[in-house]
Amino acid sequence: MSAITRDEVAHLARLSRLALADDELEHYATQLDDIIGAVARVAEVATDDIPPSSHALPLTNVYRPDEVRPGLTPEQALAAAPAVEDGRFRVPRILGEEA
Amino acid sequence: MSLTHRNAAELGALMAAGEVSAVEVAQAHLDRVAEVDSRVHAFLHVAAESALEQARAVDARRAAGEKLGPLAGVPIAHKDVFTTRDMPTTAGSKILEGYRPPYDATVTTRLREAGLVILGKTNLDEFAMGSSTENSAYGPTRNPWDLDRVPGGSSGGSSAAVASYQAPLSTGTDTGGSIRQPAAVTGIVGMKPTYGGSSRYGLIAFASSLDTPGPFARTVLDAALLHEAFSGHDVMDTTSIHAEVPPVVEAARQADVAGLRVGVVREFGGEGYQPGVTARFQEAVELLESLGAKVTEVSCPSFTYALPAYYLIAPSECSSNLARFDGMRYGLRVADDGTRSAEEVMALTRAAGFGAEVKRRIMLGTYALSSGYYDAYYGSAQKVRTLIARDFEAAFHQVDVLISPTTPTTAFPIGERADDPMAMYLADLCTIPANLAGNAAISVPCGRADEDGLPVGLQIMAPVLGDDRCYRVGAAVEKAFEDRWGGPLLKEAPSL
Repeated sequence: MSAITRDEVAHLARLSRLALADDELEHYATQLDDIIGAVARVAEVATDDIPPSSHALPLTNVYRPDEVRPGLTPEQALAAAPAVEDGRFRVPRILGEEA
Repeated sequence: MSLTHRNAAELGALMAAGEVSAVEVAQAHLDRVAEVDSRVHAFLHVAAESALEQARAVDARRAAGEKLGPLAGVPIAHKDVFTTRDMPTTAGSKILEGYRPPYDATVTTRLREAGLVILGKTNLDEFAMGSSTENSAYGPTRNPWDLDRVPGGSSGGSSAAVASYQAPLSTGTDTGGSIRQPAAVTGIVGMKPTYGGSSRYGLIAFASSLDTPGPFARTVLDAALLHEAFSGHDVMDTTSIHAEVPPVVEAARQADVAGLRVGVVREFGGEGYQPGVTARFQEAVELLESLGAKVTEVSCPSFTYALPAYYLIAPSECSSNLARFDGMRYGLRVADDGTRSAEEVMALTRAAGFGAEVKRRIMLGTYALSSGYYDAYYGSAQKVRTLIARDFEAAFHQVDVLISPTTPTTAFPIGERADDPMAMYLADLCTIPANLAGNAAISVPCGRADEDGLPVGLQIMAPVLGDDRCYRVGAAVEKAFEDRWGGPLLKEAPSL
């Protein structure tokens, strides 16, 4: 596997919505490269005949009865919001960004 | 003996007999917190008023003749990763500074229902990511055995609180060893229940397929009492197991290993293990034999791949889980000056609110899940997870429990591994397999390393839903060691 470059870290930071400074990119490139170098050996034993496990328990489609139960009030849901307007979460502009 | 040095079962009995009130017990512990926590820094938030109020309520119910559970009125320190309606919940992160959740975690609710008195919220590595509690945005917690060393992590505030007699019980969460490793390095008991045996509802998610709430205590029986109090099926957690809680309290009282088959994991020992850890582990093996257990060596070859698999799976899940911290509905928001887009505000908020380890893991997970790398990294790690479960299954055909050291080394100095992620990750070497396979596992004290005098932990692993075996073996080892030592290991810790 190729080493993690500074540009790759910048790409990962963008995907992760982390506004990193230039010196941070350099630092993380070195560290992520070390870590990925060490964990890559999982591929040594991961042969095609082994099914993957996403979870420790064999559970699928867990349902509960469809009963009406109390939830949060709008006031409770909005109580910790950084900005609120007219009983709604107020967010920065979301239109006009690159598609 | 002062009230703070009593264990939870004793305190419960004293209160039930009317010899002491819950208010007196709570006040004694709050006084202890005031006396020592400026040096230990186990707590992020102390809820003195609400603790006394809860204690008064317990006393009133008892006075009214109500029959209360064994832990009613017993104080507890609660890891600050469980939501609490009446206290701040930060997960050790700046991004949640001052956050007041609108609901209680199921574990919180069950503590309240059992009459436990919540003293406050304990420090942790940010979002439970770390093995030293140095990753907390609010400063490190110190190990009561040596204030210049780490108390383990991520539940280091909870381990330190119990080891410094600020609380007889505390809660933790274990994703890769975050209960067992801190318990081992502070000389106390810490249990990771079977995955799904304790509810994750209201536990701020790190890696959802691994996160497991569990108890800390100074005795195996106390840990079992707390385990029983907050475990069991929860309709609010879809991965909660629909089964009875294993008979953990009965097992802790049974404390008998005669005829039990014990397997020593061959892969966990030797190079990289501190000599004092190896020596104490060997003594524990001999002790088990002397108690009538049949000890054999068992090979689990895939366990050597557990650590790399974990450091792909856990960051992958974290990169997805932590996407919720977007500065829109709760928590920190920075740089929203009217000129920036939502995406810019999100990226600036997350850069300001998350610490270095959290950023590292989010990017690592994003990398492991990205197209072109998914099969080699995340996909391979998931296959290793299958292999580890198969190793456990094969091993439990031969033996009833598996044992190993809990950690390769004793508590390390604060700062030593802070900027060396791979060195830090090695602290979880022996604890991770049980998380990947969902097994039950406990750490109990097994002595002090000769070279530094610090505590060493013995890990006992049992099959899924075999939690009672951990307690049965743990209690037997505890009893035999205490007979030999003339009391609990913690008695040898320096007084603060």
